[in-house]
Amino acid sequence: MAAAGLCPCRALLARRGGALRALCGSVRGLAAGPETHFGFQTVTEEERREKIYQVFQSVAKKYDVMNDSMTLGIHRVWKDILVHKMNPSPGTLLLDVAGGTGDIAFRFINYVRSVRERQLQRKLRHHQNLSWQEIAESYQEDKSKSLGDSQVVVCDINKEMLKVGKQKAQHLGYSEGLSWVLGNAEELPFDDDMFDVYTIAFGIRNVTRIDLALQEAYRVLKPGGRFLCLEFSQVSNPLLSRLYDLYSFQVIPVLGEVIAGDWKSYQYLVESIRRFPPQEELKAMIEDAGFFKVDYQNLNSGIVAIHSGFKL
Amino acid sequence: MPRCTAPPRSAPPAASGAGGGGGGEGRGGDTTMLLMLLRRAARAGVPLLRAGPASPGRARLSSAEPRARDGPVEEEVEVEEEEGCYQLYPGHIPTSPLQKVLLAAGSACMALYDPYRHDMVAVLGETTGCLALPNLRDKMKNHPEGYRILQERPRIRLSTLDMDRLRGLPDGTLGREYVRFLEDNKVSPDTRMPPKFVDDEELAYVIQRYREVHDLMHTLLGMPTNMLGEVVVKWFEAVQTGLPMCVLGAAFGPVRLSARKLQVLATELVPWAIRSGRNASCILNIYYEQRWEQPVESLREEIGIFPPPAVRV
Repeated sequence: MAAAGLCPCRALLARRGGALRALCGSVRGLAAGPETHFGFQTVTEEERREKIYQVFQSVAKKYDVMNDSMTLGIHRVWKDILVHKMNPSPGTLLLDVAGGTGDIAFRFINYVRSVRERQLQRKLRHHQNLSWQEIAESYQEDKSKSLGDSQVVVCDINKEMLKVGKQKAQHLGYSEGLSWVLGNAEELPFDDDMFDVYTIAFGIRNVTRIDLALQEAYRVLKPGGRFLCLEFSQVSNPLLSRLYDLYSFQVIPVLGEVIAGDWKSYQYLVESIRRFPPQEELKAMIEDAGFFKVDYQNLNSGIVAIHSGFKL
Repeated sequence: MPRCTAPPRSAPPAASGAGGGGGGEGRGGDTTMLLMLLRRAARAGVPLLRAGPASPGRARLSSAEPRARDGPVEEEVEVEEEEGCYQLYPGHIPTSPLQKVLLAAGSACMALYDPYRHDMVAVLGETTGCLALPNLRDKMKNHPEGYRILQERPRIRLSTLDMDRLRGLPDGTLGREYVRFLEDNKVSPDTRMPPKFVDDEELAYVIQRYREVHDLMHTLLGMPTNMLGEVVVKWFEAVQTGLPMCVLGAAFGPVRLSARKLQVLATELVPWAIRSGRNASCILNIYYEQRWEQPVESLREEIGIFPPPAVRV
């Protein structure tokens, strides 16, 4: 079995999967489409898309609660770091793909608002010798542009997730500069060269054809636009890795059952993290799509990584 | 999604129980791996560190870790086992002991926090019933009617019950009173959760039977489905079955009752429930589906349940 380590693991798994499937008597030879993975199972691409849609349809309402309990709230820090890395200025047009419940979109809006406020304050300090009337006028014109023409489009393939996101936006009071679009990351419903920044946070793992999603990202970005991907990745530290595995496989499905009443979706989640390409491989895939200056930043020793690339 | 059925349970038990044993054995090839899988299937538990070495199964371009070779093999083996290829019955989710402990604790807290989470009560019952369920199964095996139930595996479901026929039975018969109970309280026998975390197919049926018979208990004890009625039935079931979930439900259920109801509970209902529970033979040993015509009074006498106290519940 010395050669096994050199074989692409997908072939290895497909072979073993094939033997087991034959043993169990299911007929996959006639199934539609090429084989891919769903967690640790082997399925066709169509089946995978369908299953993933069902997973997110079922977890949508408890998605945020589960994120908080699984990561003990740390996912908020990760998302904050992503938006800080993006460092958007007012007037930026952001496309947040697989943005479902709107976490990145809301952070983007907050960030841009605070940058805008600082800009306005700086402007006001230079206007100290104006009359009251002139200052009041400048307030009026600035109030209508609290976001400074920044816009974020939240795109997700799952209706339930978008529904939850819209409700959250209403509840938290986000209305301007925000749009919600139903769309597939592998085939975006947008024109070429439209967006300044493209983000995909914890979504690219669930895309069936990552290469297509990256090509679409390249297409819809303006020249000079930035691609940012926040995703679970491989932990390099062996001790941390074992603890992480223990936590992932023992605790997370239990949390899923107790909080969301859904063991299987969270089992899929932890398995899909293991199946996702590691940092270097994802970097290579992003470069293949045509991005330049591709780099990644590990957070928490590789539990999560932010990949960044530019369309030049 | 097609699921593999369980291999025959007569497969020889695993020689090495440890999860770490997968890596070396897997190198032999497909056959060895299959044999190992079959051996593993004999014990429904899952090793604690599931993924073993960190690298999962995907192509590694640059990594030259020697561990990486063992990774996918061992992981694939363990995962296939848990993934459902060897689930013992439809809906079965194999769990490790640690997971069962966490589930028991988590479901207990959640059931207390949100009493409408009936699925949590069910999960609590499954994860804590490892001693009581075999006891119940043995009681059933040693009784002629119970043994027949275990063989025939009847299910109480709307699809298997002839509701019209039961409604047509004379008042006072088990069938008529059962249907009346279902209609008065607007419940259905189909809302019982199927078992997920019981690691034995027969015990899974026992707990399923217990859940389906619960409504009949209400009928026999004459208790409605409000909080007070449920607590009384839980006391009876706790004495009868010894399931920790019943005991916990009986102990913590009254927490949400008013003082007046608590008084009625403590002075009249609970003593009666305990007396009846002790006196009665095992409630799972009655083939209810064959006794629809029997009057409730006569069935009560046969089982050994004392007539309910004249209190409005």
